[in-house]
Amino acid sequence: MKNESMIEVKNLTKKFGNFTAVDNISFDVKKSEVFGLLGPNGAGKTTTIRMLSTLSRPTDGTATIGGYDIVKKDNKVRQLIGLVSEKMIMYDRLTAEENLRFFGKLYSLPKNTLNERIDDLLELVQLTKWKNQKVGTFSTGMKQRMNVVRALLNMPKVLFLDEPTLGLDPQSTVEIREFIKKINKENETTIILTTHMMNEADILCDRIGIIDHGKIAALDTSTNLKKLISGDDAIVLKLEIPNLTKKLVTKIQSLDCVKAVSQENAAHLKIHATGDEAFDTIIDTVRAEKAKLNSVENLQPTLEDVFLQITGRDMRDKADQKIQMPNHGRFRTQRRIR
Amino acid sequence: MIEMGAKHMMSNSLRIAWKDLMELFRNRMGLVLLILMPLFMMAMVGFIFPSSNSSLSNVPIALANEDTGFGGYSLSSTFITALDGINDATGMMTITNASNLDDIREMIQTGNAESGIIISSDFTSNIMNGQQGTITIVTDQSNPQMSSMIQTVLNQVFEQMGTALAQQNVAEQLGIDPSSALAVVKPYNVQVEGSIEGEFSYFDFIAPGIMAMTVMMSVMTGLPAAISQEREVGTLDGMMVAPINRLAVILGKTLAQMARGILQGVLILVLAITVFGVTVHGSILLVFALLLLGVFSFVGLGVVLTSFAKDQETAVMMMTTIMFSMMFLSGVFFPIQQMPWFMQGISKFLPLTYVADSLRKVMVLGADIPAISPELSILIVFGLVMTAIAVPVFKRAMTR
Repeated sequence: MKNESMIEVKNLTKKFGNFTAVDNISFDVKKSEVFGLLGPNGAGKTTTIRMLSTLSRPTDGTATIGGYDIVKKDNKVRQLIGLVSEKMIMYDRLTAEENLRFFGKLYSLPKNTLNERIDDLLELVQLTKWKNQKVGTFSTGMKQRMNVVRALLNMPKVLFLDEPTLGLDPQSTVEIREFIKKINKENETTIILTTHMMNEADILCDRIGIIDHGKIAALDTSTNLKKLISGDDAIVLKLEIPNLTKKLVTKIQSLDCVKAVSQENAAHLKIHATGDEAFDTIIDTVRAEKAKLNSVENLQPTLEDVFLQITGRDMRDKADQKIQMPNHGRFRTQRRIR
Repeated sequence: MIEMGAKHMMSNSLRIAWKDLMELFRNRMGLVLLILMPLFMMAMVGFIFPSSNSSLSNVPIALANEDTGFGGYSLSSTFITALDGINDATGMMTITNASNLDDIREMIQTGNAESGIIISSDFTSNIMNGQQGTITIVTDQSNPQMSSMIQTVLNQVFEQMGTALAQQNVAEQLGIDPSSALAVVKPYNVQVEGSIEGEFSYFDFIAPGIMAMTVMMSVMTGLPAAISQEREVGTLDGMMVAPINRLAVILGKTLAQMARGILQGVLILVLAITVFGVTVHGSILLVFALLLLGVFSFVGLGVVLTSFAKDQETAVMMMTTIMFSMMFLSGVFFPIQQMPWFMQGISKFLPLTYVADSLRKVMVLGADIPAISPELSILIVFGLVMTAIAVPVFKRAMTR
């Protein structure tokens, strides 16, 4: 039953006043699949997750999880899901065990089952010896492991992970990613995760939906997405030009064969181009401007390039800045944009 | 099914309440403030506000005797001796001699006197010639409250002295005994008696009000702050994503805040009884029942505001604004009857007015349930209406 749909999203829309955060999106997620929503800050990833996890009511459209409507059968849906939000869902003044017990009890599990599960989960993330310590004293990495196992208390069929590795050090990031893979494999848990990190989506996800301005711009496996830009005549070049000028960049951008240009730093340019003549045309242009060319690399396309190709803009530019949201009237939501 | 749901909701609310209280008790600083707040409140309000007119002590008064006497007699010296006699017994004033009105003015300006007394130059001659002797009280207009108090006290003292003098004169002239003479001079014997026996101070008036206010304030500021704080931190999502009734969250939070408020209420009551000598004449149980009913009547309003507040800061600011006006408009500190008519009108719509009023009746007058039934029914209706508004508003706000 591998191809059975676990989540079906149809024309899901969320508006805050005049602002459309999620714009008529539709997609299916199969059972025990890892599905990634990839996009820059403010693209609508978190709003989508909040609607699917019954925390926010859609303005329009529907979605079902395990066959249950997220609005009409919200309590049924809640039984099935676990949520790892980008904020740590735990109380600093309670101990690790007290936190898990509090949240676990909300699922009306029998006492023994809950106790076993708490012990197992703490063991799983190697926090057993800290179980009587207050969570407030934990490191960010420890907190995030707690945050993840908290969502597993009810053994969810579907796990939502909203930016699960945000703000973690490289080691914790690797640990959490391994853990996500493990949950998916061992429990056959369907996972939806959001990220703005291309490599994270690449590593973890079976399929990736690229979301931008509240719309799904492309949806496929990582390999197929990359094929979108690495057709027979498509190339990705990385040029090192020590005396790079704005004029040159503009000139390259205006070439017919060039699809997109992104300047990575003072001396490096990344160019997406198509056509047999593309390579020569670009090099000639550089020479004509009397620019010094230190090196030329012909790159393998990454998801980053896919994003650039599809949306026409570089995602990293947006990754660090918070996007100001308009006010949404009295019932506006505190937007977390990450 | 419904019964099961209700049972689940109750146990989840209790769980949430317990969790909140656990957090509260682990916050040492918060706990200390929780205990100090009612103590400060009681002490400040109780000591700062005047308890009664007789509380004047050692008020500096300047006395100018301008009396020139008549035929070798000086009735003013007799007057001053009598005044000293009364003052020695009560210790109300510290009398300093001054020479004239200008001297008194200067003393008031420099702060050496709060008020002055002038015995007029024709004091003795007027009295000897069958006219009234004039005594002038000079007041300090920069301190109206104090001057009106001094004025009242001095008037009383002079009245008393005048009566004594008249009584003596009448007794001598008519040749009757002093008590008959008093009946001639002062035919009415006015007595004041409270409806309950015993001494009453401003504390007795203020304690029930402060109790009501603290409990309300706890719930009203605590509830929106607690919910918006959890919303900001993100933990609210953790509860909302679980298959529990949305109302369990608000109910649990309310229970926790209520426990906090009642704890403060008990502290105030204990302080009032032990430190400030307040006596509770009615049933203590009824007092707490009233506090709970008060919370019920308030909580809906708190929930509505919580639903509208987008963050903790806004929530607390909204609550402070409302609480502050409620504090003064509900007759907690000042009697409602002292306010202008439109404020009296507003105060009729504030539940705190009825909580404070009924608490006062129970604590001071020993009233029982039938005696306060109008207040009770108003509070119940208010609570029901607010809850009916609050529940759908909150449910909507939680899934916006």
